[in-house]
Amino acid sequence: MTAAFVAGADASSEVPLKRRLKRAERTRRLKALALILPLLLFLLFTFLGPIAGMLWRSVDDWEVRQVMPHTVAALADWDGKDVPGEPAFAALAGDIRTARDAGTVAIASKRLNYALNGFRTIMSGTARNLKTLPEPGTAKDTLIGINPAWGERATWAAIKGASGPLTSFYLLGALDLTRNLDGAIVAAPEEQAIYRDVFGRTFTISLGVTVLCLILGFPVAYMLATLPTGQSNVLMIFVLLPFWTSLLVRTCAWIVVLQSEGIVNDSLRWIGLIDEPLRLIYNRFGVYVAMTHVLLPFMILPLYSSMRSISPAYMRAAASLGASPVTAFLRIYLPQTVPGIGAGSLLVFILAIGYYITPALVGGAADQMISYFIAFYTTETVNWGLASALGAVLLLATLLLAVVYGKLVHGQQVTGGMKN
Amino acid sequence: MSDNHAPRTASQRVAWITTVVVASLVLVFLMAPILAIMPLSFSSGSYLTYPLPGFSLRWYEDFLNSPRWVSSLKNSVIIGVASTILSMVLGTLASLGLAQWKSKFKPLVLAIVLSPVVVPGVITAVGLYFFFAPLGLTGSYAGLILAHTALSTPFVVITVSATLQSFDMNLARAAASLGASPIYAFRRVILPLILPGLASGALFAFATSFDEVVVVLFMAGPEQRTLPREMFSGIRENISPTITAAAVILTTISVILLATLEALRRRNERLKGNLR
Repeated sequence: MTAAFVAGADASSEVPLKRRLKRAERTRRLKALALILPLLLFLLFTFLGPIAGMLWRSVDDWEVRQVMPHTVAALADWDGKDVPGEPAFAALAGDIRTARDAGTVAIASKRLNYALNGFRTIMSGTARNLKTLPEPGTAKDTLIGINPAWGERATWAAIKGASGPLTSFYLLGALDLTRNLDGAIVAAPEEQAIYRDVFGRTFTISLGVTVLCLILGFPVAYMLATLPTGQSNVLMIFVLLPFWTSLLVRTCAWIVVLQSEGIVNDSLRWIGLIDEPLRLIYNRFGVYVAMTHVLLPFMILPLYSSMRSISPAYMRAAASLGASPVTAFLRIYLPQTVPGIGAGSLLVFILAIGYYITPALVGGAADQMISYFIAFYTTETVNWGLASALGAVLLLATLLLAVVYGKLVHGQQVTGGMKN
Repeated sequence: MSDNHAPRTASQRVAWITTVVVASLVLVFLMAPILAIMPLSFSSGSYLTYPLPGFSLRWYEDFLNSPRWVSSLKNSVIIGVASTILSMVLGTLASLGLAQWKSKFKPLVLAIVLSPVVVPGVITAVGLYFFFAPLGLTGSYAGLILAHTALSTPFVVITVSATLQSFDMNLARAAASLGASPIYAFRRVILPLILPGLASGALFAFATSFDEVVVVLFMAGPEQRTLPREMFSGIRENISPTITAAAVILTTISVILLATLEALRRRNERLKGNLR
């Protein structure tokens, strides 16, 4: 750090000072960069690369291109107005025979089935019944003979749409949109259009949790900021201990407390308020309770630090000028907490929209958020394109909010074991 | 800062008491569920209900006799310690670099370094799942350690950078002027002063890895299941008292981490106080 200056002192005096300083400055900068570089390279491999790869998968359309190259080529200048001619059928027959021998039919049919429901059956039936390559000139009749669907425009439009190399299919799908036969963007069919609802639900739950955290967190932060340091440090343990307790422990605790034989229901029955246990878990109520509990410290800590810096003299001044306590609070104190409210609310909201574990464990089927579907399409149904597209939308929303958050707090940072 | 908002009039006193009551209820809400499940792990019965039929340690015995639970605890510690060491090395070097690097790209680099905290766990997990599978890193300790390092390093950078910011560079200059070599000065002057900050960074890193479950869900094979991952399965299937024992063990570790962190913070305050 100081070495550059020390070393500079005994450098030859032939070199003008200005240049020596520049050189020293450059050495310093390179040294600093050399210290940062290992981490950047590491993150490139373990974080940025993987995320870029995921984003790439949301637009990458490789299956049909790889399995049916001749068909894709034959359809390159098909106008989509009518069923294509004999050459395309011949190419398709050839491709299906090759794919059948290579055992790759399923790869293409899976992708084509996303575009057109029932395509998997068409493909497997055709692959099974196409015993030999059709005689030249008879491919069209042969294939339509095996399955009349080959005589329909929609079947070919699906292949053309899945020809790649890039596709907007998954990203549009993530927004409940699709392309019709003429390539115009239209609303997706009813049974596939669920994602706007899922995004809406994710947004609603996150907003609800944020509001709950603000309502519950504000008085706590106010009390902690107002009490003498010794007392507030002791009470801070009530905030920090849950904050450091494993997310799994807290989620498990809520299930135990809220289940039908749990402490809450037992107490209510014992008092005689209820005869039948209330349903408090595995539904939306449980999700709100558990998520608010998990995210509350993220609201309290930034609020507390912003309130800590508000000078009590302002409130005294307001009181001495004749403001009622309510007026003084609303006009003097509250406006000064706005940055803290903004930071806490944004932080809670950003963390909430990406939540997975808690809703998965304490929510019902109708309470699952977007993360659940990303996980579901990755591991259960293996529709990686759609999983990546949903991930891309969630990532975009998160990063936009994070930029706003960064502008809001620029410089102050909230640390803590981020848990999702 | 004592009694700075001391209520003076009756109406202020009412408002203050109301605030204290509401805030205390919220603090109870934060602590109650954690405290409520602890006694259940010492129950002699096998139902998770009060009143407890009697006291016993059978569920802890169950935990310690179950290879599944014990190996998951071991995995959590192995992955946690390894990723903490790796993220300390990378994060501390980067913090030292960032402290003396002035450039218009600095905000961008900082944003990249801190981004693993902001990006939802599911996205990181899915990206890593796709990316590591062809490299043979899924279902391996190495893959999980690398992933957890990426997730923990931001916390190391935040804590260590904050420590370096409050470090008085004149001390290093004073050491140099008294004839200490840069390395000697670092070892005898800089390091002892920033050590509490480094230790806090390490604690944050360990806690991050120790509590992480989403990446583990996607990446771990049966061999690498960690304690939170095992709890996730347990909660999904059916909550046995053994899980509450696991929860108490996890919470105890959290409390130890938090207490250590607090002790470090106080020591640091004292050190600063002595220097002024």
